[in-house]
Parts: sequence; C-alpha cells; structure tokens
Amino acid sequence: MATAPLLPASSPAEKLTLAVVAGGLLALLLALADADATRQKTWFYLALGLVSGGTLAWSWLKFGTAPAGVQQNNLWLRASTGRGAVAWVTGLVLTGFYVVLYWYSGDDGHGHFGPLNNLVHALDGFSQTLRARPADQWFLYGTFYTLAVLLMGARALWKYRHSRYQLIRTASVMFFQLGFAFLLPGLLQFFQQPEFYFTYFWPLKYDYLFPGTVTSLVQNGGLGVFMVFWGAAMSLLATPVLTYFFGKRWYCSWVCGCGGLAETAGDPYRHLADKSRAAWRWEVGIIYTVLVAIVAITALLWVNFAMHSTLLGEAGNVAAKWYGFAIGSVFSGVIGVGFYPLMGARVWCRFGCPMAAYLGLLQKHFSRFRISTNGAQCISCGNCSNVCEMGIDVQQYAQRGAPIIRASCVGCGMCSTACPRGVLNLENGPREGRYQASQLIHADSLRILS
Amino acid sequence: MHLVIIGNGITGVTCALAVRRLRPDARITLVSSESAHHYSRTALMYVYMGHLRPQDIKPYEDWFWDENRLGLVHATATALSTAENLLTLDNGTTLTYDNLLLATGSESKLYGWPGQHLAGVQGLYNLPDLAAMTRDTSGISRGVVVGGGLIGVELAEMLHTRGIEPVVLVRDAHYWASVLPPEEANLVDQQFQKNHVPVRYNTELREILGDGLGRVRAVVTTAGEEIACQWVGLATGVTPNLTLANTSTIETDRGILVDAHLRTSVANVFAAGDCAQHREPAAGEVPIEQLWYTGRLQGETVAHTICGQPTPYRRGIWFNSAKFFNLEYQTYGRAPAGPTAGLDSFYWEHPSGRAALRVYFRAAAPHAVVGFNALGLRLRQAMCEQWLRAQTPVPTVMAQLGAANFDPEFFPQHEKAMVAAFNRQFPQQLVVLKQRKGLFARHWSPST
Repeated sequence: MATAPLLPASSPAEKLTLAVVAGGLLALLLALADADATRQKTWFYLALGLVSGGTLAWSWLKFGTAPAGVQQNNLWLRASTGRGAVAWVTGLVLTGFYVVLYWYSGDDGHGHFGPLNNLVHALDGFSQTLRARPADQWFLYGTFYTLAVLLMGARALWKYRHSRYQLIRTASVMFFQLGFAFLLPGLLQFFQQPEFYFTYFWPLKYDYLFPGTVTSLVQNGGLGVFMVFWGAAMSLLATPVLTYFFGKRWYCSWVCGCGGLAETAGDPYRHLADKSRAAWRWEVGIIYTVLVAIVAITALLWVNFAMHSTLLGEAGNVAAKWYGFAIGSVFSGVIGVGFYPLMGARVWCRFGCPMAAYLGLLQKHFSRFRISTNGAQCISCGNCSNVCEMGIDVQQYAQRGAPIIRASCVGCGMCSTACPRGVLNLENGPREGRYQASQLIHADSLRILS
Repeated sequence: MHLVIIGNGITGVTCALAVRRLRPDARITLVSSESAHHYSRTALMYVYMGHLRPQDIKPYEDWFWDENRLGLVHATATALSTAENLLTLDNGTTLTYDNLLLATGSESKLYGWPGQHLAGVQGLYNLPDLAAMTRDTSGISRGVVVGGGLIGVELAEMLHTRGIEPVVLVRDAHYWASVLPPEEANLVDQQFQKNHVPVRYNTELREILGDGLGRVRAVVTTAGEEIACQWVGLATGVTPNLTLANTSTIETDRGILVDAHLRTSVANVFAAGDCAQHREPAAGEVPIEQLWYTGRLQGETVAHTICGQPTPYRRGIWFNSAKFFNLEYQTYGRAPAGPTAGLDSFYWEHPSGRAALRVYFRAAAPHAVVGFNALGLRLRQAMCEQWLRAQTPVPTVMAQLGAANFDPEFFPQHEKAMVAAFNRQFPQQLVVLKQRKGLFARHWSPST
C-alpha cells in the first residue's frame, strides 16, 4: 500500500504499562551509572520490578482482555514488529549487550566485570543464596535470560490461550529454563558440584563430549560420572528415540533454552524469518557445515587424547577455541539473539545450531512426525508461512495437499494455530504413507526447493 | 501449442501448472491487468489487518514463473477475435493463440442503490479494491457493511482491527440464512457480540447519502434508520466478469456459457472458474460457482481437455470453510440451512458457544450420512468424504467420530458429549463411542 494506514491508538492503560517498562529500563541505566553500591542495588531491583510488572500488565491488557483467538493485528504495520525504527534500535541494543557481555565483562582479577560491573554485583546476595558464591557476568546473563523467558512466556500464555498445545508447550519451555537451566545448575554449585545443564547436549553444548570435560567430570566422582553418562545417553540414545516418536520438537520447542527464548521473547518476531528459496539455500549450506565441523573437532580431540597429543599437538584445541568464538559466541549469541527484531527469533536454530541439524536429519528420515494437510481445504492465504519462525514456506505444501516433512521444522505448531481454515495438524503416526499427499487435490509436481 | 490464459487467479494459474505438467513443451502465456504475479484473493483481508504484507500473499516466488516457462503479460486484454485467434491488449500489442482460456473471474455486484458511486463506497474483490479500502478507511470512525455473507463478516473484522466501528446490515433474520441453520448462525452472532460489532438483522440498504463533495456521509436502511458513516462496504455478492467475452461472439448469459468440458461456444476457447456458467449443471449443483476450491478444480479439469484428454468437470462432494472472527467453520456434503424433506439432522453445541457439530442424514433407514457442519472444530476431510461416499449410517459415523477429529494435540475432545447428545436426541439408535481421536486411528480401532 502506498500510504501507511493510521493504526488504532493504544489505550491509556496500555501506554501506562509501557511507560512502567520504560521506567524500569531507565532505572537499569541508573544502576549502571550510580557510584554508590547500595543505591545501585536499589535501582537494579526497582528496574527488575518495574520491567516485570509493566510487561505482565501490558501483556494482560493487550492479549488477555481481547477474545481468545489468533491475535496478529497490525503485526507488519508496527515499527516494533515490522522492521521499523523501533526494531532497529532494539536490535542494536541487544547486539551491543552481547558484545559487551562476551568480550568486555570478564572478571579483571579484582572482581570487576567491566561496564556491567554494577549489575553483576547487585546480584551478589541472590547468587550467594542460590550458589554459595558471588555473582559473575554469566549469572547476570542467566538471570536476565530466565526472566525474559518467564515474562514473555506469560505474554505467550495469554496470547495463545485458545490453544492447549501452545499453553502446554509454553509452560514446558518456561519450566525447563527456570528449573534445569537456571536453578539446578546454581544448586549444584551450592553443593560444590560441577555446574551442569541437564537440558543441553552435545553437539549444541559441544564441550560435554570433549575429552577435557569428560575427564574432569569423571574425576569429580559419582555425580560427575552420572553427568557424563547422562550427556552421552541423551545425545546418542534418547535423541534418536524421542525424535523417532515425536519429531525434533520434543527438544527444540519444548525443552531447549535457545528455543525457549525464541518461543517467548522472540514470539513477536517469528514472522520475520525469510521464507525465500535463497534463504533455504543458505540454511542448508551453513547448518550442515557447522555440524560437520563440530563432529570433526570432537573426533580430532578424542584421537589426539587417545594418542596422548603425539599426533596433532594443539590442533584440536585451537580448532575448538575458534569454534567456540565463531559459533558459540558470535553466531548463537550476538547474531542469534541480537538480530531477533530484524531476522526473526530462530536465526541460530535455523542456520547454525548443530543439534538442530542432527535432530533435523533424524526428523526427516527416521521419524513418525509430520504436519498433515487437511484434504483440499487450503486457500493459499499464506498465514502458515508467515508465522513459521524457521522460514519454511508451509503454504507450498498445504496448497498441494502434501504433508510437511522438513528437517528444520521445530514443531512449534503455530502454522496449525494460525491457519484460518483448520488445514494443518501436527501428528505422530505410522511411517508408511508418511509422505502421501491428499487424494482430494491434485498436487502439481513442479519442484519448489532445489 | 500456445495456450493463452486470461486471468492469473487461482483458476488460470492452476490450469497453467497442470498444462505444464501434462505438456512440458507447451507455450503458456498468462495475461492479467490486476497484478504482475498471481496472488491469493482469499488473503486480501490479512494484508489490510497487517497480518501479512502484500508480497506475502503471492503463493509462488517470482522466480517460479520463469523457471517453469510460464509467460506473464501484465496488461488488459481489450478485444478478442475468435475468428483470427487474436487478442488485442491495452499496451498496444496483440497475442495469437492456439487455445484460449477465459478465467476472468468476477466483479462486485451492485444493485443500483442511490449513491452507490460515491467515494468511499466499494466492494472487496481485488487489489485495487484493497488499495481503495486502505485509503478510504484511514482515520475514519465508522463504516457500514452491507451483506450477511462471508465477505460481510470479513469486512467487519477488517474494520474492527483498525479501531473503526463496523455496522453490519443483514437482509435476513439471521446471519448467512441461505447457508447456515439458525443455531449455527447464532454462534456467529455471538462472535459479532463478543467483538462489539452491531448487526442490524432484517435490514437492507435503501440509500447512500453524500456529503455534497462526492463522499459518503451516511446510509439509510430499509428500516428508515440513518446511520452516519464515512465508508460503505458492499458485500452482496459478485457476478461474472464478461468484459472481454462481450467483445467477441462467444455465447454468454450471466456468465460465459460452457459445456461439461468447460468449452465455450467457440471450439478452441474455454472458460473456467468464477466467470463460467455451466449450461447443464449436475443435479443439486449451481451453474455459476464462485469459490476458491471450485476455481482450482475447474482449472485443473480444463487443463486436461486443453491437452487432448477430454475430461468432464465433476465437482465431487461439496466442501467449504470460513472463519468468522475467532470461529472456524467447515462444511462437507449436503448441509441445507432449513428443514429438508427426507433429511434429518443431529446438532450438538458446546456450552461455551465456541464449538458445534451438525450431522445431516437420511430420515429413512439405514440413515445414511449426507453432510456435516462444524464450528470451532476441525474435521478430517478425507474421513468425512469417505463416510459420505459410502453413505455410512449415522450410528456408525457417531461411533467412529474420533476418526474425523482434526483438532490439534491436547485439545478437548468432545466425542463423548456428542454421542451422549445424539443418544438423547435419537434414543431409537443408541450409539456407543468406539473410536477416540488419533491419526489413522481406524488401523488400531478394535471396532473395525
């Protein structure tokens, strides 16, 4: 459309709640700037309170008070969710935060954590209670991350309350982030045990199967041995079995923390994923390269370990270090989350995550999961493709009556939720006839992806 | 063979794709004045509501046409000479063809209301309509929607998302009375109420009033009420677009007349989709079908005939779907709006008013099922189709109802309540629910 339409103004109550959130962000800046330790703490907790309260109140007003159903109005027309100025500013702030966090917030040896120092120390008390040790920049990050999943999770619960699938799935990612990716690792530290994440597995948490991590865990005794066993069993045994029965969704959109953030904090941006064939070509080119790289590095490290570093010297460790920098930090953090408001919330999951690549291969070739198309009911409206955070052009399958079986699909179920004609359904079923298209429509045989 | 298709809507494009498959060597040219590329007409409302961008409603990316050697001409065909196999375009060029498909679609139907040509009065059928609506509803406070059908509720929902109050005029005593029984219509009415959309039933448009500057300022209804508004949406149906056909000798009536093979009165000219009028429609079918699904099916069918495999058009078992604000609707088979001789129906409604099911069946034993209406429930089309084709007795269908449940995982399953309601309404045919929901559930069901 040539002219931008006038959008309905937010209600005064909505504006007020947004002002509370803005006030919280301001308080956070004051916590960063204030020189006095006590006031820093006050500003910090005031910030958390205002941001939390404001976000919850806004979510309820925005989604909880409207009739239950698909609530996508004016999504592409708003600057915040339609790649407007607000989105660019948000992207810059997020990217900047990650750069500072990863490369300028390390402990300088005297307990100073760079520009984020005041915020880190504001959490010392909480960290002592939970972990019996002072806070560091990663504890600050974990706290922010978990808070984002919980607050925006509450927003998702209100927004999608008409769909039990979305309610249960959202509750699941909130639970796993809070319990298994935040509280439990903290408690383990409290009891002088290794900080271990039971919901992250190799090859996403690549070092869990590196010889260095394995030896150090084993040396820790019984619990450490169990952790090694757990990590190996989840990666090599449970992952294929669970993916066979449920598809990769059991992990990517129900358990994983990266997925959890994408499904909650990233929900306003899911439609921004590029659906073009060009994007798909980048996707398969990059993600399988990352998978091959981490498998090769892991193998290299073990060969080297077995031969007592006689063959390759430091090559494996150097490769692992570079992988950690390029993939672990830049790709999954800076690009993966920093670009949420511009490229959608699953940039990392779609283009970079080796776990997603591994799960995807299993899902495509050894799984009972598919998204069924309901006969010939598709009207090619494009809502399913629009909400696909993985950039799958779902509509291409639906309008041909074909089931959607794609390595990248994380099974979030939003295509099914958004479809206005009840065409799509996530199903686990017999593998025979899994690819069979509906007999009620004559699928054209023209290839879409190649 | 050079096939020229006038119109790049679902009918024309489906025909082009099918011909490409059947005849890889054919030269195919699609002519359209409306848009350079095919787009989904059914998705216009989502662009207005901001769910999608204009480029998102193109079902195929732009490279698709070149790669599949489908020629696109963005121009209006202004004249057709069937004697010379020649089309004249408004860009100064001409096109010759071996075979021609007219898939020119529809245009909004107007009933000659006083004031219908005022600025701010329109239908919603094509991209220019969408642009006009976007322009003319910007910043206004109230729009009147005329028509109690599918486009009427869409227009109301569209205005609603912009904070514009829609007032809907419905000719009949309830919504979409020609299609929906009163109970189903009542659930749609509840959606209007929940979204605070005022509806005037038993009310038609009498006159549209201008403001002296050529813009609409109010409407007057047949009840004599004057409703101030700055925009009027006319959703009272569409009529075949005959503009091009009328420049030729091709026989037309309300639409372009076609036989069972979708051939017009001229040997190498075909017509399909909204613009075609069947000379002899099958029993129980209408001569002009204006649906997405039928357009697609007609396009597919006519492609075979064009490629030398004469195939009569068979609509098959009727189906349709829609969404009224937050209420989804699906229908399969015969589902008349009112009591029909020889037919009985079973109706169940959830206390929340957000889900309902109606099953139509023959009054005479063995009570073969003939149709379904589902609201707020998703039914598996293949299963319904199978029951309808096999004329399955209604007790069997009710006992196996779970096999047709297409709702997402974890959704409440209502089959038990439905069967209980059925047994209350038809105690002479006691049913025991044998099958719950599940993909291919019939494979493990002990009852079959």
